[in-house]
Amino acid sequence: MDWSDSPEQANFRKEVRAFIQKELPERYRSGEDSGEELSGGWQADRKSEDPTKRDVAMAWADSLAKRGWIAPAWPKEYGGAGLTTIEQFIYNQEMAEAAAPMPGGMGVSMLGPTLIVHGTDEQKAEHLPKILSGEVAWAQGYSEPGAGSDLASLQTRAVRDGDEYVINGQKIWTSGGHLADWLFALVRTDAEAPKHRGISFVMMDIKSQGLSLRPLINMGWKHHFNETFFEDVRIPVKNRIGEENRGWYVGMTLLDFERSGIAGAISYKRGQGQIKKFLNTDEGKSFKRVDANMVRLELADRAIETEVLFNFAFRIVSIQNRGMVPNYEASVNKMFGSEVHQRLARSETKLWGLYGNVWDPKSKYAPMGAQHVQDYVGSVPHTIFSGSSEIQRNVIATRGLGLPRG
Amino acid sequence: MDLGLTETQELLKNAAREFLENECPEQHVRDMEEDEKGYSPVLWQQMAEQGWQGLLIPEAHGGAGFDFLDLSVLLEEFGRALVPGPFMSTVLGGAVPLMEIGSDAQQAEFLPKIASGDLIFTLALTEPSARFDESGVQAKATVSGNEVTFDGTKLFVSDANVADYMIVAGRSAKGVTLGIVATQQAGVTINQLQTIARDKQCEVVLKGAKGQLLGTDGGGWAALQPVLQKYTVAECAYMVGLSQMDFEIAVDYAKERVQFGRPIGSFQAIQHKCADMVTDVDGSRFIMYKAAWAISSGQPAADTQIAVNMAKAWCSEATRRVVAHGQQIHGGIGFTKDYKIQLFFRRQKRAELAFGDSDFHREAVAQQLGL
Ligand SMILES: Cc1cc2nc3c(=O)[nH]c(=O)nc-3n(C[C@H](O)[C@H](O)[C@H](O)COP(=O)(O)OP(=O)(O)OC[C@H]3O[C@@H](n4cnc5c(N)ncnc54)[C@H](O)[C@@H]3O)c2cc1C
Repeated sequence: MDWSDSPEQANFRKEVRAFIQKELPERYRSGEDSGEELSGGWQADRKSEDPTKRDVAMAWADSLAKRGWIAPAWPKEYGGAGLTTIEQFIYNQEMAEAAAPMPGGMGVSMLGPTLIVHGTDEQKAEHLPKILSGEVAWAQGYSEPGAGSDLASLQTRAVRDGDEYVINGQKIWTSGGHLADWLFALVRTDAEAPKHRGISFVMMDIKSQGLSLRPLINMGWKHHFNETFFEDVRIPVKNRIGEENRGWYVGMTLLDFERSGIAGAISYKRGQGQIKKFLNTDEGKSFKRVDANMVRLELADRAIETEVLFNFAFRIVSIQNRGMVPNYEASVNKMFGSEVHQRLARSETKLWGLYGNVWDPKSKYAPMGAQHVQDYVGSVPHTIFSGSSEIQRNVIATRGLGLPRG
Repeated sequence: MDLGLTETQELLKNAAREFLENECPEQHVRDMEEDEKGYSPVLWQQMAEQGWQGLLIPEAHGGAGFDFLDLSVLLEEFGRALVPGPFMSTVLGGAVPLMEIGSDAQQAEFLPKIASGDLIFTLALTEPSARFDESGVQAKATVSGNEVTFDGTKLFVSDANVADYMIVAGRSAKGVTLGIVATQQAGVTINQLQTIARDKQCEVVLKGAKGQLLGTDGGGWAALQPVLQKYTVAECAYMVGLSQMDFEIAVDYAKERVQFGRPIGSFQAIQHKCADMVTDVDGSRFIMYKAAWAISSGQPAADTQIAVNMAKAWCSEATRRVVAHGQQIHGGIGFTKDYKIQLFFRRQKRAELAFGDSDFHREAVAQQLGL
């Protein structure tokens, strides 16, 4: 057991750190605009009305691209950096420490890997370079009004018509659909087959005829996700990845990505450090509640839980680095991490007493730019998406502990 | 960066598990609860033959020269098997302080006999004030040359009833001062307490009890810090093993016990408890090993201290949650003396309280974070 870097790991860490030090644009150094999850961060900059924001976003992407660091986990032959899992981990750690935005989004994390494993040469040639250059951003169309946790019950239909599919139905919760250029989706191609066996994985231009998006405003009053409607949307059959009706399994594909989720733990810890600094300023003192002893101990607990989360992340990457695949451990990370996030936001908001309900980041009455109360709201869906906490516990109990399915 | 065991640690762990499954079965644990001494001298000797009392002790003094991280691996197995007796008292409360601050002569006199299983030690630190901080040490220490005399009452002293020597903490004009005190002398009176874990904690009344000075007059509290760090992490390791086993027993039971025509483990309410148990056990394991690693690898003092406080704060609460779920999953049978799960529940509480519970360590964390 060893929590420290090997000499090679330390070297690689130095390299990443030096790169960030040199290349990270000034605008992202404050850490203010880069990680703002509710409004889209880098993805939003890329499409901003403000040309300087666009330029900064592209400049950062360019410096990363030169090293293959837009998609550090992809194999080199596809324009990635082919980093080992432990190198990816260090890369992700350092980027998170610097609060540097990670371009690429779902194209890099989900669509690219799927194409690399299941795509034809033609599909790869068409789409991978555009993901890497930042030319095309992707959104994910999986969930439907009637298919959430039980995703395989999805109903959006794709009917074959010559060398086209005709798609009808509805997706929901399409994050960043309004900022995206293309959509990848799971659609039903066989309505008679058992539910997992009648699904295909398809890609489409988000401006396709018959495809429309309607904004869904979230409880933080932000436009993050959308409803997506399909009315006789025609896409070429060659936009299907993998075999027809095998889409469920295509969608499950995982490249050799590190899966520690280390960025979360790092940002929680950084946030705790920022609070400590702020409390030492006059402004900070003016906000701190006088009866802070209870919340003080609560925050100590949150710091301890963050440490537990760090260790869970280290465990995942250790398992991967030993050439094994994490089982229930990944579910533990997702569940525990998202629940710590919510508790943390709650405790941090509590620190400010009544000031904790000021939402306007620019108000002089908003401690630390209202980030804690915003996070209190922003962390709500973290126990829902990517497998809810309940689903994770089901997975841990059945797949991990071998308890009989209910 | 790697959170797996090394090959040596794997071997140690497997050997310990096999040995303890044979030599320290449930019945032995139960027998020792009722036993006056609380340990089996035969098993004690066998453990010494395994090299365990001397695991940390340098080879020059008859030990195996392993590091503290390795010992933590062994102690996790001890927790799993609920090994009763004065092992931690002797190793953490005796060998460790001797190794930290004992003179060459003291090390040569005592360490080989600890390693060979010939001597039992314990640490007499806490008093009726039941505090773990420096001001908790109020027994009087009178130093004269290399000799120190103690007067006062030490309380919650583990295994004093069978110890040959105690490392006693008292207070002289210069501050906290330690001594190596033989239990067999007129000035020492030992009374056993009955505790939740039916382990052997004692009241030790010292009236002119004499011993060798350990370390310097007034230098005792500083000298104790690394000892307390290790002892605290050792208690965490014991809790990790204990809660791991409690959890395994509960999951097995959930697979077998049938109600409403199906195993109770198919009910989501039970499944989710099990998922929380494994999260708490695993969380405890790594935060404990992180602290053990920090100690073993000599991380900066501040990092090590907070790692230890975080480990004990977390493990104390998390393993309590685990054993509580363990009881709930078992229904009525869990509440009987005959069924094994309660052995874990009762022992968790002892370890939870030892060397500071969550409140104590959480406060320490808050202070170090500058909150
Ligand atoms: C912010 C956000 C962004 C998202 N982005 C995308 C996106 O880009 N693309 C996309 O396709 N989807 C996206 N999603 C959708 C997300 O994947 C779903 O919300 C998720 O799968 C849960 O489905 P649901 O919302 O229908 O809830 P439901 O499945 O209806 O769940 C409701 C409640 O029931 C519980 N529950 C359900 N099944 C079980 C069970 N078997 N056992 C116990 N409890 C159960 C759940 O845990 C939850 O508490 C996003 C969601 C959010 C909140």
